[in-house]
Amino acid sequence: MSADSAIQIESLVKHFPMGGSVVEALKGVNLALGAGEFAGLVGPSGSGKTTLLNIIGGLDSPTQGSVRVLGEDLANKTHKQLADLRKEHIGFIFQTFNLLPVYTVFENVEFPLLLLNRTNGERQKAVDEALERVGLSHKTKARPATLSGGESQRVAIARAIVKQPSIILADEPTANLDAENSHNIMRILVELNEDNSTSFLFSTHDEKVMAYLRRTIHLVDGNITSDEVTTPSAP
Amino acid sequence: MLIPKLAQRNLIGAGARTWLNVVTTSLALFMIVFASGMYDGMIAYTKRVTVATEIGGGQYWHPAYDPDDPFSIDDSHGLLPDELRQIVRRGEAMPILVVQGAAYPAGRVLPVMIRGIPPQQSIIDLPTQVLQAQPDGALPVLMGQGMARLSELEKGDRFVLRWRDVHGSYDARDAEVVGIMDVENFKVDLGQVWLPLELLRTMVDVPGHATYVVIGADEALTAASGEWVPRDHIFLLQDILNAVKADQPYVWTLYGLLLALAAMGIFNSQVLSIFRRRREIGTLMSLGMHRGRVVSLFTMEGALHSVYALLLTIIWGAPVLYLVATRGIPIPYDGADIGIVMGQRMWPVYSAGLLGGTVILVALIVTLVSYLPSRRIAKMNPTDALRGRAA
Repeated sequence: MSADSAIQIESLVKHFPMGGSVVEALKGVNLALGAGEFAGLVGPSGSGKTTLLNIIGGLDSPTQGSVRVLGEDLANKTHKQLADLRKEHIGFIFQTFNLLPVYTVFENVEFPLLLLNRTNGERQKAVDEALERVGLSHKTKARPATLSGGESQRVAIARAIVKQPSIILADEPTANLDAENSHNIMRILVELNEDNSTSFLFSTHDEKVMAYLRRTIHLVDGNITSDEVTTPSAP
Repeated sequence: MLIPKLAQRNLIGAGARTWLNVVTTSLALFMIVFASGMYDGMIAYTKRVTVATEIGGGQYWHPAYDPDDPFSIDDSHGLLPDELRQIVRRGEAMPILVVQGAAYPAGRVLPVMIRGIPPQQSIIDLPTQVLQAQPDGALPVLMGQGMARLSELEKGDRFVLRWRDVHGSYDARDAEVVGIMDVENFKVDLGQVWLPLELLRTMVDVPGHATYVVIGADEALTAASGEWVPRDHIFLLQDILNAVKADQPYVWTLYGLLLALAAMGIFNSQVLSIFRRRREIGTLMSLGMHRGRVVSLFTMEGALHSVYALLLTIIWGAPVLYLVATRGIPIPYDGADIGIVMGQRMWPVYSAGLLGGTVILVALIVTLVSYLPSRRIAKMNPTDALRGRAA
């Protein structure tokens, strides 16, 4: 494993019981993602993209194989240790934004820093910077219900980046957005990747997202069928 | 402090749902304190009035005296033993003689208990000084309002009083009502007429005799009383204590119902909340909150309801409770009708034990019913929760 490897996956298998049978969601996946990469898992629905992201994020456990994130073998981790890993090093962006509905924009973005016991001053500064970055400084007091889809996803991005994690896992981040908002979101993410060297791993089947990827990993029926370095075609 | 802070933020953010639960819990809290305070107040008042107007600091009974046995009353008197005579002489106690008799107001007949009491006494709170009056050709009689109403007598009215002396001879004389006392203890009122002790002793021809001795409220019962039997508050208030004991199941049922009212609202809200907020629970986990903390957060949210309810109750309930405690509540019926000594107003008593105990109990129940549904979170798979699926 390379010293600057963010994610190292070997022979990853994931089975799900479904009814009386077992579904093989991942069938021996091998993958290495270096620090600062901007990569995407591309494939149709049911190909195992979200399952792979969840396992990398410690939200789900593999049936077989090993997953190392930032040098840590997830197999040996307790629920609490996995939660701590997510808390400190991993940011999530979801297709459905998953903002906390009763919190304001500021409070949503502030939340990961509360978990990290940052001081008031540190939180205020970091949240202001994150919201500035996604262009929502004027919406700090708004509730999620009052935001558009694009704005909601930008809040989710601010929440994911506010603690400056090493890895951001984005599950279909543009699936609920129109073209313009999708491009805006992707441009923000590209900037963040370039400025902070944060590793990004997307799951997507959206061509607008693919246009920004510098590495495209095709996943079909739980197998990686191709893994290639790509040149972003988006402006 | 993170969990309480987040819980508070969530509750405030939840708006109407939170306040509905808080108001319900606050109402239950108020009703528990109010109802218990009224009940405790009623018991305390009953004890206080009974002690003040009837039993003083305790009593010594003639060995044969049994107030529940009308056949033995006429034989239940005797000379006081030396020990009792001394404390009576010192003014620390007073003798009372009880004799059965009959009153004939306006041609009707009413069985009465004639009680002889020293008119100058200050041991119990009855206006016996009026018995010092000497109506022309009649026995001075003091009676309570209830007895006056029952016999349709007013102050200054005369009626025939009949009794039997120690030799077994019946005698009768005119008696005049020299005073009607406003007393809330029906046991010294209904069926009772009070006469000067020495006069009654003469009427029955039992000089120096008494049926029982009442000691002052500040005096202590001693064992040294000859054969006379010391009766303390526990014994003399037995009927009240028994009534309280008999009422306990109903009081606890009421208490339980009110607690259940508060608990069910919050339990229901918690179950619904965990069902509706699965995606949020998944999000919290994905952001790095481990399951134990999420359970704590949801439990704390439920428990905070009791804190808000307490604050709300202090704001609106405390003034109401204070008002009721200082002004009392009028009682629309006579306690004698239901065999309870009670005033015309009921004065609730809110003891520190009642207030503290109720708050602690409500907080514990609310926390428990918050925790029970929250335990399900610990079994939730984060990926299922993120998809909004049940555990």
